[in-house]
Amino acid sequence: MRRPRRVKPLATIISAGLSKFGRREGVYARELFAEAALEAFHRVEGLDPGKDIKAAFIGQMSEAYEHQAHDAPMAASWAGLLPAPATRIENACASSGSALRCGIMAIKSGLYDIVLVGGVEKMTNQPTPEVTGILATASDYPFEQWNGMTFPGLFALMATVHMHEYGTTEEQMAAVAVKNHKNGALNPKAHMQKEVTLDEVMKSRMVAWPLKLYDCSLITDGASCLILTAPKLAKKLSDNYVHIIGSGQSQDTFCLHERDSLTTINAAKQAAQEAYKMADVKAKDIDVAEVHDCFTIAEIIACEDLGFCRPGQGGKFVESGASNIGGTIPINTSGGLKSKGHPVGATGTAQVHELYLQLTGQADRRQVADAEIALAHNLGGSGATGVVHILRSA
Amino acid sequence: MSELPPPTIEEFYRQCADRKLMAVRCVRCKHIMVPPRAICPKCRSSRVEWVQLGTQGKLVTYTVVHVSPPQFKHMTPYAVGIVEMEEGVKLPSIIRTSRLESLKIGMELEVDFSPKSQETSWPHWPRYFFKETE
Repeated sequence: MRRPRRVKPLATIISAGLSKFGRREGVYARELFAEAALEAFHRVEGLDPGKDIKAAFIGQMSEAYEHQAHDAPMAASWAGLLPAPATRIENACASSGSALRCGIMAIKSGLYDIVLVGGVEKMTNQPTPEVTGILATASDYPFEQWNGMTFPGLFALMATVHMHEYGTTEEQMAAVAVKNHKNGALNPKAHMQKEVTLDEVMKSRMVAWPLKLYDCSLITDGASCLILTAPKLAKKLSDNYVHIIGSGQSQDTFCLHERDSLTTINAAKQAAQEAYKMADVKAKDIDVAEVHDCFTIAEIIACEDLGFCRPGQGGKFVESGASNIGGTIPINTSGGLKSKGHPVGATGTAQVHELYLQLTGQADRRQVADAEIALAHNLGGSGATGVVHILRSA
Repeated sequence: MSELPPPTIEEFYRQCADRKLMAVRCVRCKHIMVPPRAICPKCRSSRVEWVQLGTQGKLVTYTVVHVSPPQFKHMTPYAVGIVEMEEGVKLPSIIRTSRLESLKIGMELEVDFSPKSQETSWPHWPRYFFKETE
């Protein structure tokens, strides 16, 4: 078997932290962020965060949930990082995936040798129709929003074509939900630690045909963060570190209707190609992946875009069990956005948090045996932003 | 060229008041765009011109929205889709039909216009929508 060439890392993750995901009543976003940061700090006892962390890049999607903008200095203030420069990065649901890229660039440029990247969203203050409206702000206002489009609606438009062109079924989409809930039930930080049956998914109430309630990710409060260092410093600071060996980001048309194809998310495909090339690995080298299952159809499309299966075969791929824990390439061992939850600004680095646990052997009951190479796939909007990272165990 | 209206979104909706569905076409590579804009995304030319689209289109994809933002709650469940015009350009649209179950990819649709809306808190501009061909 071909072993991937060991490329020089871009940056190294020496620690990761995640708040408990869920409906976190009585807690502000800043407090969730401090919870994630504290966990990350505790993993590296030798680090003095206030002194050693030189910059922070923090993803947050919307100020509308909490009536609170300017989140980066706020989060940095609560995490005890002052006066290090802290900057908010906003790319809708890919906000912290993009924040991670900023951190990598900051390290790679040589400007800083230790930075913190992360994200946060406190969504449950608002009732569901309002959240639907706030999320919709990541789509086009005068053409998509004015025409009554919602995020479930936009992904449903892709699902309808996928079903029509490839014969993908509602049961195959439901299989994604069943798998991810099964994984989430093993994750003590997950929002919904509860298995669901295919029948329950199929009978859940309609949100945007053919997507039902259990095809949709959760409205969740949560925060995540990672501590990045220059690769040469990692060994000195941590016993458990993971290298970032590939990073890609690409954009596609802002409006869904302008895309050439509705069965693929080209921004993610381009980002993956860039990351694969940088890391000098191929899809078959990936041992474990977290993909952006904001809706079940999105995981099906992601598996195709990332090359885990052929175009159009994503439904059969999940049904085959290949992406289960114990399968050929376990996907969304954390429970994914579907069961772990989707506090949008926190999602990108929360995915990488799970992969950090996997590659350092700390994923407990979700552990994938001998995982060495991992991939994170993060989308923004209906796919105008695609961010892909590839990690390698030390 | 200076007398022609600029390729803006507001101008697009202004034309909807005259029951015209407009698009912008790149003079150089002929790419047609909705929403209108000043720079062609295909060839980067900034020479664009307004063209009036026909009235007929085909349904490329659709969904029926049951959970909507507050502004659309009074309409649920309602259909939205992407419509491809004879000129090849596509638009997102509400699909008005009395029979949601009759929606089908490839079905023929025609454009229609609604006057300024007073129903929502959003800008009260005239809108386009699509309906089944009569």
